[in-house]
Amino acid sequence: MKVRAQIGMVLNLDKCIGCHTCSITCKNVWTNREGVEYAWFNNVESKPGVGYPKDWENQERWNGGWIRKKNGKIQPKGGSKWRFLANIFANPDLPEIDDFYEPYTFEYDWLQKAPELQAQPSAKPRSLVTGEVLKKIEWSGNWEDDLGGEFRKRSQDYNFSGIEKEIYGQFEKTFLMYLPRLCEHCLNPSCVASCPSGAIYKREEDGIVLIDQDKCRGWRMCVSGCPYKKIYYNWSSGKSEKCIFCYPRIEAGMPTVCSETCVGRIRYLGVMLYDADRIEEAASVENEKDLYEAQRKIFLDPSDPEVQAQAYRDGVPRAWLDAAQESPVYKMVMDWEVAFPLHPEYRTLPMVWYIPPLSPIQSAAEAGKIAVNHGMPDVQSLRIPLRYLANLLTAGDEAPVAKALERMLAMRAYMRSKTVDGVTNEAIATAVGLDSDAIEEMYRYMALAAYEDRYVIPTNHREWDENAYNLRGNAGFAFTEPHNGKSKHKDIFGGPKRMPPKPYTDVS
Amino acid sequence: MADVINYLLFGWYPYVALTVLILGSIIRFDKGQYSWRSQSSQFLRRKQLMVGSNLFHLGVLILLFGHFVGLLTPIGVFDYFGISHGFKQLMALVVGGIAGVLAFIGCSMLLHRRLFDPRIRRSSSTGDILILLLLWLQIVLGLATTLWTIDHMDGSAMVLFMGWAQGVLTFDPKAADLIIDAQLVYKLHIVLGLTLFLVTPFSRLVHIWSAPIGYLLRPGYQVVRSRRLGREARPNVPGHAAPDAGPIARPEPPK
Repeated sequence: MKVRAQIGMVLNLDKCIGCHTCSITCKNVWTNREGVEYAWFNNVESKPGVGYPKDWENQERWNGGWIRKKNGKIQPKGGSKWRFLANIFANPDLPEIDDFYEPYTFEYDWLQKAPELQAQPSAKPRSLVTGEVLKKIEWSGNWEDDLGGEFRKRSQDYNFSGIEKEIYGQFEKTFLMYLPRLCEHCLNPSCVASCPSGAIYKREEDGIVLIDQDKCRGWRMCVSGCPYKKIYYNWSSGKSEKCIFCYPRIEAGMPTVCSETCVGRIRYLGVMLYDADRIEEAASVENEKDLYEAQRKIFLDPSDPEVQAQAYRDGVPRAWLDAAQESPVYKMVMDWEVAFPLHPEYRTLPMVWYIPPLSPIQSAAEAGKIAVNHGMPDVQSLRIPLRYLANLLTAGDEAPVAKALERMLAMRAYMRSKTVDGVTNEAIATAVGLDSDAIEEMYRYMALAAYEDRYVIPTNHREWDENAYNLRGNAGFAFTEPHNGKSKHKDIFGGPKRMPPKPYTDVS
Repeated sequence: MADVINYLLFGWYPYVALTVLILGSIIRFDKGQYSWRSQSSQFLRRKQLMVGSNLFHLGVLILLFGHFVGLLTPIGVFDYFGISHGFKQLMALVVGGIAGVLAFIGCSMLLHRRLFDPRIRRSSSTGDILILLLLWLQIVLGLATTLWTIDHMDGSAMVLFMGWAQGVLTFDPKAADLIIDAQLVYKLHIVLGLTLFLVTPFSRLVHIWSAPIGYLLRPGYQVVRSRRLGREARPNVPGHAAPDAGPIARPEPPK
């Protein structure tokens, strides 16, 4: 057993209102630069829809993620290492910028500077790549927002496999859910595996996956290797970029910008302990439907003294062990089993999990239009097909998703009974395999969702690992290495060596 | 005068070009690797690149390897193995000719795309365009030399070029004299080739140094980095207390 810690995230889709505040704040902080205008480290998709980039879930087309070979070993779906090198001159699986969209702005200036004209001046769209006027905007970052566009196109959504999707094209049968997406900071990242330069790495301390901007050579295998299409090629700098999980904030104990600004309070951040020795084993299970369970099995119980002792030996700080016991992510993933990984069949063991959305059915159930079990609406008759959610979250296994939805409905029924009727109905809790304490805790975390409960983030004590004095003046997303003090990097002009001695820095 | 020019171009210029190539690359790598990349434009336009880039790189790699082996292997080695100069000349002509045609087709496609596709043109730096033009010209000159080579298939000119290249690398001051009578097209090809060496550190060509062969040697697939090097020597502070050290005193959160 090798204990490692990671800050995981859970998104409660039941509460997502699709306001895009997460995307906008992320954009303003991290990708408001030339070359990544088209890139959204965080985006919100309306489902059903083909998403961003178009058709990203279709791995037959992009060859992202992993496959399990006949001998039981896993290998990136893009091929062996030889195959990646052979494709280095032209990557056949690489999306084009048009698969995302051609970024544009409008001629706002013209509105102010136009001379007196016969007609009102209009602000034409201009491409941010070529600078030319775009005759027609064909696609954008969120073209399908709130079911925009024809169903015929949206129905190309890969999660419709195994569903009579034509039914859901009818107005009275249609459904909508939001899916905010960011880098999954996987335990078994295929972007890391497919990078020929070894520039992408997972941080041991907090599990954040980063691209070393100095080591990236722009071979762009990671872009196709990531099945979530969450690595973005910066066409201006020639380097790949990705969500950095706001690591400067996480290190300081603050939530990511997308979480901090979420008006629906749908995001949760907390420590997960996992057994690093069993990652490959978990990612290699034969049946795709077992991947969800396999990943849960390598998560470690932070209140187990044996795990604590091993974690201490493996260098996990005590503050992190304490935080792990308060982790909202652990409660949702392990205790209540209401959160699921996105597309576990990619075998990357993602660490951003989702609570499936209930469809608006409570009133329909009360009106007797929907089947009712134990006083709760039957999840099989929800508006969003269970199979669709299962295709999204459990590689098609409906049972765990159904159980989670039942528990969420039970929470509502229990609290309704308690607050409206004044009756504590223990039977509702036991019917879904929980007790009233668990249900009330679920209510506290999922319905009330106080800031302190949503974000339990221990600080990274960099000052114990590095000479903090030498880190002065280093901003988070700077592209140069620290050039002072004990930095390992000494350039041939001898920069660091010429630093005058500092009398108070002999702390290393 | 012709002697002086010949000496400057083939006795002196090679050292300038090679020095700049080697020192320049090292300095750029050392000072900042953020600019060290292949600068692929495939993401902006896939068309013409899939075929063009593969043909170009394949051809150029064969040509580079062929030139190095062909020019820098001492002629004695070929004599020892009984490979006649005429046969070596024929091999160079055939292999180089085929690779040259591949590279020419590929490079022409890439150049056409870079100049006439607005998306690529607008996102190109002057250096990107210049380097591709130089490469295209060099491939054309290289192909053109074959027309003259056909006239002397005995390999006599080739042996002179080998002597020159090896003379330069062994610091023989008379190396330039060996090729003073060579035809202009060969001389142009050599000068342009040296110029490509010269501009490499200042262009995207530096990505040649980074051919990721190490990927094949990387154990497994995953890369994990830790900044905690001295884990054992943890300070004895509350955040690092052992799990059995009792509860950590925490301030009450504000109500």
